[in-house]
Amino acid sequence: MNRNRTIKVIFLISFLLNTTIALGQEQNSISTDNNWFQQVRWSPYVVGAGIGILSWISFLLSDHPLGVSGAYAQSYGMIEKWFKRKDVEQQSGMQKNAPAISWEIMLVIGLFIGAFLSAIISRDFRFEFVPQLWDTKFGDNAFIRWLVALIGGFIMGLGARWAGGCTSGHGISGTLQLVVSSWVAVVCFFIGGIAATMFIYYVIG
Amino acid sequence: MMEKLRQKKGLQLFFGFLIGICFGFLLQKGGITRYHIIIGQLLLKDFTVVKVMLTAIIVGMTGIYLMQSMNLVKLHAKPGSVGQTVIGGLIFGVGFGVLGYCPGTVTGAAAQGSLDALLGGMVGLLFGAGTFKMFAGNLLKDVLKKGYFGEITLPQLLKINKWIVIIITTAILLCVLYIIEKLGY
Repeated sequence: MNRNRTIKVIFLISFLLNTTIALGQEQNSISTDNNWFQQVRWSPYVVGAGIGILSWISFLLSDHPLGVSGAYAQSYGMIEKWFKRKDVEQQSGMQKNAPAISWEIMLVIGLFIGAFLSAIISRDFRFEFVPQLWDTKFGDNAFIRWLVALIGGFIMGLGARWAGGCTSGHGISGTLQLVVSSWVAVVCFFIGGIAATMFIYYVIG
Repeated sequence: MMEKLRQKKGLQLFFGFLIGICFGFLLQKGGITRYHIIIGQLLLKDFTVVKVMLTAIIVGMTGIYLMQSMNLVKLHAKPGSVGQTVIGGLIFGVGFGVLGYCPGTVTGAAAQGSLDALLGGMVGLLFGAGTFKMFAGNLLKDVLKKGYFGEITLPQLLKINKWIVIIITTAILLCVLYIIEKLGY
């Protein structure tokens, strides 16, 4: 039994390594003189396969699906507690200890650093307040773009916790486990998203 | 073997961090942390987001179910209901379209210098997610329970062998990707 499992694990690891190497070789043949990591864009299929493999690793090592929105809800709770700590301490001595940083929050901190590294290495990092596509339709007023982004973010955060997940938690991690609620959610994400975007760009703009 | 590894708290936080770095790196390299790519997808002009998602589903699904049948991993099916998943999903979608990033990509966008994502999107997301917490307990309790369909997967719903569902799903998703490429997107 034990030996059997060991063989399976070895098989799995070698498969994983082979896939990674194969992907790397394919990209090397495409790239000209640039290092693979210095390229600004990778094929969406390479990126998708990479995220798929990352979800295996995440399930195997941490027993966790990839998901982002939960971390934002937890962070809000931590900030709220931090501000209210004095009140809470007066009410009861029970909640003195600060909430611990979770796996999800570490994932999001890592995500930020990973995206930063990718942008820096490929010289794709640039400060930009108003995205160009927005600028061509609605002008370069940074305050308007900020306000719209803030409102959009608020609605999205509300919806993410309402639905119990976002584009990563439902849209990738849930769908790849063939979870019914996740497939329903991702269809609704895109219906809402397409409707809102088309309204903004074709009706208002 | 895995159980012991999963109980080491500090190491787990480190794994979460490393997996996050890879995740963010991939999202940025895919271009899906850029506003025009996501809006292009929602206007049905650029299919980068769908290509990434469907490839991730095909690759992820096969590996996760293979490991599940070896008892190496267990599934994490989220429960859902019409009141929760459909209404919440539509609200999420509207916010997604208005902002032009999703929760993962808004974080990645902030890291590449997009200040609308850092100062607008991330702050809004934080308060939106927090606001739901305050209302979910009592105000929305009945809405969230409407049309409950539980923690169920497609093979359980259809009562078909999971490998048949996986093969059919893979075939359908590959067809969708093929059609997208053929149409020149």
